[in-house]
Amino acid sequence: MNQPDQIYFFGTCLIDLLYPKAGLAGMALIKRQGVKVIYPANQSCCGQPAFNSGYRQEALAVARAQLNCFPNDYPIVVPSGSCAGMVKHHWPELFAGQPDESQAIAAAQRTYELTEFLVDVLKLKLKDLGQPTRIAIHTSCSARREMGIADRIDSLIAQLSNVQVVEQAHKTECCGFGGTFSIKQPDISGAMVEAKCEALLATGAESVISQDCGCLMNISGSLEHQQRELPTQHVAEFLLQRITGEGK
Amino acid sequence: MNQYQAFYQRIDKALQNDQLRRNFRSAMDGIRERRLAQFPDDRELQTLRFQAKGIRNRSLSRQAELLERLETKLTENGIQVHWAETPLQANARIHEILEAEQATSVVKGKSMVSEETDLNHYLEQRGIEVIESDLGEYILQMAQEPPSHIIVPAIHKNRFEVAELFQKFHPEQPYTDDVDELTGCARQVLRKKFAYADAGISGVNFAVAETGTLCLVENEGNGRLSTTAPRIHIAITGIEKVVEKLSDVPPLLEILTKSATGQPITTYFNMISRPRQPGEKDGPEQVHLVLLDNGRSRIRNDDELLDTLRCIRCGSCMNHCPVYVHVGGHAYGTTYPGPIGILLEPQRLGIDKVGSLTSACTLCGACGEVCPVRIPLPKLINRLRAEAVEATPGDNGVPGTGALRSRSEALIWKLWKQIYTRSRIYSAFKYLATRLRHIKPPISNGWTRYRPIPTPSSKPLSELARQQGYDDE
Repeated sequence: MNQPDQIYFFGTCLIDLLYPKAGLAGMALIKRQGVKVIYPANQSCCGQPAFNSGYRQEALAVARAQLNCFPNDYPIVVPSGSCAGMVKHHWPELFAGQPDESQAIAAAQRTYELTEFLVDVLKLKLKDLGQPTRIAIHTSCSARREMGIADRIDSLIAQLSNVQVVEQAHKTECCGFGGTFSIKQPDISGAMVEAKCEALLATGAESVISQDCGCLMNISGSLEHQQRELPTQHVAEFLLQRITGEGK
Repeated sequence: MNQYQAFYQRIDKALQNDQLRRNFRSAMDGIRERRLAQFPDDRELQTLRFQAKGIRNRSLSRQAELLERLETKLTENGIQVHWAETPLQANARIHEILEAEQATSVVKGKSMVSEETDLNHYLEQRGIEVIESDLGEYILQMAQEPPSHIIVPAIHKNRFEVAELFQKFHPEQPYTDDVDELTGCARQVLRKKFAYADAGISGVNFAVAETGTLCLVENEGNGRLSTTAPRIHIAITGIEKVVEKLSDVPPLLEILTKSATGQPITTYFNMISRPRQPGEKDGPEQVHLVLLDNGRSRIRNDDELLDTLRCIRCGSCMNHCPVYVHVGGHAYGTTYPGPIGILLEPQRLGIDKVGSLTSACTLCGACGEVCPVRIPLPKLINRLRAEAVEATPGDNGVPGTGALRSRSEALIWKLWKQIYTRSRIYSAFKYLATRLRHIKPPISNGWTRYRPIPTPSSKPLSELARQQGYDDE
C-alpha cells in the first residue's frame, strides 16, 4: 500500500482515558509524515472486553457503534495490538450474518496496528536524537501471535542508534493481563505479572517499551505494587521523544 | 462449594507450592527448547502442521465409515472390538473380558482414556491387581495422584520427591535419588509384574482403518511388554483416534513426537495388528480394542467445536501455556489439563461442572501457535466462554450452556454497553472520570490485590486531540 492522504485514528478506550499521551504521540508520528490524521469524535471501544468475556451481544453493540466513525475507506490505525487484532480478526466473526457484516469486514481489512502502519505503509525512517539508553521491549501476545507483527516494533527501535535493547527471560510469554482474566483469575494473573516484572528488572533496562497499553497497565501496576522502579512507556511516545530529542 | 471456589482453592494450593512451581518452570522450559530444536525450519513445520491437520480433518469427516472399516479389519485380523458410550460401559466391558479369562492381575501401559474412565479404581474395587508400568504413572500410583500432564504424568515431582516415594514403597532397596538408579529400581519391580500379569492394558495413538493396525507410541518399552507379554491385551481408546490409511501415520507420528517431547522418533513404536498366530512363539492369545465415545459424538455436532477432536494428545499446548507453567496440571482438577483440557473438559463433562476452567486463559495464543494439528484453541476457548454465559440456552450443543451466567455480571456488561454505545454518555463518563481522577473508587477485586487502580489522565484523548487541532471527520 502507498502512503495514504489521510487515516482514521482509533485511539482505544484504554488510551482515551488512561494513556492519551500515547495516542497523541501515535497521531503525531503519522502527521509528521504528511498524512492527515482524523480522530473520529464518537469512537469508544472495539468491543474486546465483552467479547473475551463471552458477552457477544454486548460486544457486537459496542463494535457496531464504531462502524459509523469510519465511513470512508481510509486506513484505520490502532495504537494497540490487541484492539487491532479484535477489529481485524474478530469483527468478521462477531458480525457474521449481521446486516452490516460487509461494512465490518471492510473495516477489518483496512485496519493496522500502529507499528505495523509505521513500518509497512509509511516506511518510517527515524533519526535518533536522544541520549544513550538501554530498554527492554515487551511485545503483546496479540501483536506477536494474533497480528504476527512482533518484528515491526523491533525494526523501529533498531533504527535508533543510541538505544540498546536488552532481552528478558521468557520474552514471548504472556504478562498475565488478559483483560478480564486479571480479575477472574487474580492469583494466576498476579503470579504471571510478578514473574514478568522479575524478568524485566533482571535485564537492567532503564525502561520497558510496548505497543500495548493493556500490558503496560498490568506491568507498571505490578511494579508500583511491589514498590519497584522501572518506567514503562508506549512505543509511540518513546519513538516521538527519541526523534524530537524531547523528554529524557 | 461452587466450581469457582473449588478451582480457586486448587489454584491457591498450587501457587503456594514453590517447589511445584520450580519443577514445572524448569520442566516446561526444557521441553519447549527440545521441541524448538526439532523444527529448525519454520516453513517445513508449517507445512507439516497443515498436512497433519488435513489428515485429521479427513479422518474426522469420514469417521463413521472409517470406524466401520476399522472394526471389519480388526475382526478379520482376530482382534475383538467393543463399543462403549460411557466410561462405565468401557470399564464394565474390560472387567467382563478379564473375568471371563479369570484374569486377576493387570499390567498397564500409559493411557489417558483409562484415566478418563477411572479404570484402575474400577478394577481394583473388583479385586483385580492393576500395576502401572509407565515410570511416571508408576510413581503416581505410589503417590496416589492423578497425572498432572498427559505425556509426562509425574512432571510435577522432582527426583528427590520420587526418591522419597521409592524409599517408602520399596524399603528393601537402598535409598537413592539418582535418576538412573531409581529407574533401575522400578525396572526390577516391574519386570516381575510383566512376567506374571494375566493381562496388559494400553492406549492407542492411531487406529488405522485400512489395515486394522493399532499404533502405540512410547519410550520405555513398557508399552511393548504390556501388549505382548501377558496372554491378553486390551487396548482402550477414544473413537476419534481412527485414521484412514497406513500412509497417514508417518506425518502424524513425526509431528506428534517432535511436538510432545522434542524427539525425532520415540524409542519404541508399536504396530499391533493381530493376536499370536499358530506356530508363533510370543504375543498375546487375545487382543481386544475398546472404543469409547464419552461425549465425543456430541462434540462432532458443532461445526466449530468439532476441531477439538483433531487433537493427537501431544501436550504441546500445556507445555507452552503461561497459566499451566505457573499452576501445573492438578490445579485444573480434570483428567486433561492445560489448554486442551479447558477446551475439551467442559464439552465432555458440562459447563455446569467445569465451565470455570475457561477463565484460566489469557487468550495469549501460545497454544494455538504450537498445536501440531492447528486447533484454534484460543478461539474455541473464547467460544466456550460465550456458551458459559449464554442467556437463552438451547437443548443442543455444549452441556450446561448458560450455567455460569450471573445476574450481576450480566448487568455490568449491560451497563458497559450503555456507556460505550452512546457517545454523550461516554463523554460524560470520561469527563467525570478525568476530573475526579484523584478520587479512588472503593473497588476491591482481583485486580487491586496485585496492582493499584490506574489513575485516569487529566483529560481524555478525545479532548486533547480536539485541542491539538485534529479533525473529527
